[in-house]
Amino acid sequence: MITKRIIPCLDVRNGTVVKGTNFKDLNEISSPVELAEYYSSHGADELVFYDITASSDGRKLFTDILKETASKVFIPLTVGGGINTLDDFDRVLKCGADKVSVNSGAIRNPNLIKEAAEKYGDQCVVLSVDVKRVDGKFCVFAKGGRENTGLDALEWIKKGVENGAGEIVVNSIDTDGVKQGFDIEMLKAVCEIVNVPVIASGGAGGKQDFVDLFNTVPGVSAGLAASIFHYGEVTIDDLKKTLKDNNITVRL
Amino acid sequence: MLAIIDYGVGNLFSLQCSLNKIGVENVVTSDVEVIKNADRIILPGVGAFGDAVKKLRESGMFEVVIDEAKKGKPLMGICLGMQMLFEKSYEYGEYEGLGLIKGEIVSLKGRIPEELDIPHMGWNALKLHNGKNELFKYINEGDCVYFVHSYFGVECDEALIASAEYGIDVTAAVAKNNVYGCQFHPEKSGDVGLKILKAFCEI
Repeated sequence: MITKRIIPCLDVRNGTVVKGTNFKDLNEISSPVELAEYYSSHGADELVFYDITASSDGRKLFTDILKETASKVFIPLTVGGGINTLDDFDRVLKCGADKVSVNSGAIRNPNLIKEAAEKYGDQCVVLSVDVKRVDGKFCVFAKGGRENTGLDALEWIKKGVENGAGEIVVNSIDTDGVKQGFDIEMLKAVCEIVNVPVIASGGAGGKQDFVDLFNTVPGVSAGLAASIFHYGEVTIDDLKKTLKDNNITVRL
Repeated sequence: MLAIIDYGVGNLFSLQCSLNKIGVENVVTSDVEVIKNADRIILPGVGAFGDAVKKLRESGMFEVVIDEAKKGKPLMGICLGMQMLFEKSYEYGEYEGLGLIKGEIVSLKGRIPEELDIPHMGWNALKLHNGKNELFKYINEGDCVYFVHSYFGVECDEALIASAEYGIDVTAAVAKNNVYGCQFHPEKSGDVGLKILKAFCEI
């Protein structure tokens, strides 16, 4: 049976890992390569790198880090941030990424998903969506959660899968950084409409939040988190033991 | 020297790095002479079957791989590379493979329960068959490896050495004499994957 995945997310800016609350007040933590090696040897099933640098110098630094990580860590790597064109796909795939996550780039150019899926295969294209409730409706936000696109999140996700996205990351802005648990309602709504793996992101505050996630939304394939892992509040080994004790299939 | 066959599809960076990690000298090549002189061969693969076989034929490597395998040189196919070892595939048409392993490649669609996602993607536990193949000498039944695929091998009979449960038993690895195939990605399967590569390099 396929196991539920636990995925630490590393937001990288100017060569270091950062994590903020509600996307603001970013704090620098540690070397991404060291952190990646640590997670890999402590049970992480996959790693996600988000490049949140804006400058071209930062971008070069990022691909160097990616390449170094890929040469030392032998689990799947997903890369996101600043992916706007097929050339961007090419750039990170050559540095060792296995999957590429698109967000704002797909909003600006909806053909990006289709073109990338045709060229690299569905399994390579991850659609990452930042979702926030506005007047009771799930809306897609862009630019790191700062701008409401007006797009209906469920419609957008459905269209993304039709165009060839092989996996969906649902990041709830409403629960991100609050550490009160994943956005169960939002995740249930997404799992009902797609038949590709769904990764839950935003809101993990402790081990029980992952148990609740997988028990109440069995359609979710993976849980993604950053700060609780980076600050050592929860270790992945320990989290997986707890999941197993709760009859959730994990890789130990 | 281990030759990693490059026929222009897929990313070979991780595979190279994982071989470097276990200290195995390797070269990425599309040169038939290099393949002939190598002491073992890995046939990797991402993409579609028809396209990959076409590229392998055009480069002249199709026949060379068959010849070298028949001479007894250890050969390992990974993912699509494993599928190419089979006789035939029905991925977007009907294509002939290398024919080194008996059986066919068919879609998971219609063969696994409808509620399961396709591709079969993620970490799944290995169930070993036909005893414990030497490829698995450093690992144990139940160890997890990383899969990403929508098609799989069937009717490979006694060549089946491992499967993974995904609604049905999905072919995970095959072997016949000096020819080995893994549907999963050992280069992305952490320590377990490195141990499988190490075992292959000791054959």
